[in-house]
Amino acid sequence: MSEGTDPPPSRTVMSADDVRRAITRIGHEIAERHRGVDGLVIVGLQRGGVWIAEQLADALGRIEATDSLVLGSLDVSFYRDDVGLRPIVPGRVTDIPVRLDGLDVVLVDDVLFTGRTVRAALDALNDHGRPRSVQLAVLVDRGHRELPIRPDYVGKNLPTSRAEDVTVTEDGVVLR
Amino acid sequence: MNHLLDIGELTVDDLHRLLDLTDHMTEINQRPIPKVPALRGRTVVNLFFEDSTRTRTSFDTAARRLSADVMNFAVSSSSVNKGESLRDTIETITAMGVDAFVVRHSSSGAPQQITRWTTASVVNAGDGWHQHPTQALLDCYTIRTSLGRTRGFDGLHIAIVGDVKHSRVARSDVQAFTMLGARVTVVAPPTLLPPHVDGWDVEVRHHIDDVIDDVDVLYLLRMQRERMGDALVPSLREYTSRFGLTPHRATRLAEHALVMHPGPMNRGVEMAVDPAELRGSVVLQQVTNGVAVRMAVLFDLLGSGAELRGEER
Repeated sequence: MSEGTDPPPSRTVMSADDVRRAITRIGHEIAERHRGVDGLVIVGLQRGGVWIAEQLADALGRIEATDSLVLGSLDVSFYRDDVGLRPIVPGRVTDIPVRLDGLDVVLVDDVLFTGRTVRAALDALNDHGRPRSVQLAVLVDRGHRELPIRPDYVGKNLPTSRAEDVTVTEDGVVLR
Repeated sequence: MNHLLDIGELTVDDLHRLLDLTDHMTEINQRPIPKVPALRGRTVVNLFFEDSTRTRTSFDTAARRLSADVMNFAVSSSSVNKGESLRDTIETITAMGVDAFVVRHSSSGAPQQITRWTTASVVNAGDGWHQHPTQALLDCYTIRTSLGRTRGFDGLHIAIVGDVKHSRVARSDVQAFTMLGARVTVVAPPTLLPPHVDGWDVEVRHHIDDVIDDVDVLYLLRMQRERMGDALVPSLREYTSRFGLTPHRATRLAEHALVMHPGPMNRGVEMAVDPAELRGSVVLQQVTNGVAVRMAVLFDLLGSGAELRGEER
């Protein structure tokens, strides 16, 4: 931070209600495209995607009145392309409760930025089987992709500069 | 962390970080294909000046499961036998471009010395009577997972029984167990206690019966038969009668108590029961955990870089 200037102002771009509604809407989109939730696995990316995946699974359970939805979480630390270039602090241990062969996976993350985490996640998923399909749901797409990766479900498209910071919690989305 | 030489150089936070990381490695090891690309392109050299098939195999497996390349140098097949100095050996291998040395040496301090001659990371896989840090880490991990002690060992009583004096395992274990909060008792004849045991944060007993009813973990050390020749122990039978785990003593252990051993075991000496029939035996779990802990150590040394500054992020 340079001297003599105030910290950049922070701006709330989604409220807690906006976040909740976006997750519910994505749930409806997933249920519509998959015609239900049979064979569907929701996988949250450590760390920011896990709570969103949990809420998305809850929403899908209400929409389709099912409790058989499979929910998992994925830590991609050992698949990143910047291993050795920065400190790597793994989140919780990966928990994929089923073999993914023939299933439809929806990866869930909070913010889609360069796409490198998603690239690592696709490699990590491969080690748990061969899914029939993999889709990507994100709460915020902030642009600046460095790889040919696009989301299938988006809570909000948020134009940002590279220097800005996007924080996503249950209380909302803040840009600073 | 650049090297792993001595448990005493770690902080309690370092210990917890490595044990937390080991949870991730355990998950990888339970998969149908237990391999991740984390250390692709890194080279790990196993340099064993003392033969130890199990430790070398464990490090070898750990490195391969992280996709590192592995070179194995056994002393009998290397130019050390042609009179090459340790320094020349290290500098020569370093010049080939390697990232880590895993060193087993009969001289205390050899791994420390090697760090001065190479830019690679050095992992101490046992040096003389001094240290065996990955053994201590796998022992801590085994206790942590078997007794559900993720946050530390406060209130646990651990007894380490046997030849403490000549044991690098005992030295490293005592440090690690006490750092995590355990109460440690060493049980040995006076001839097999180290001269400076007063300075250790342990209680001392001279008979296994003094601790057997009270311990949460009974850690049996290997009785090295060559000590018989040094007249430090009267006889193996005498040793077993005072320090061995016999069937009768096994019944006195608490129901939850663990029995551990660094291997290889002397059946009928310190382990005078069949470990397969021993309720609390986690000896094979220690071996399984050894691979996971060594993966965590290698990843911590080679896979986690320095913090990037400013716009480099």
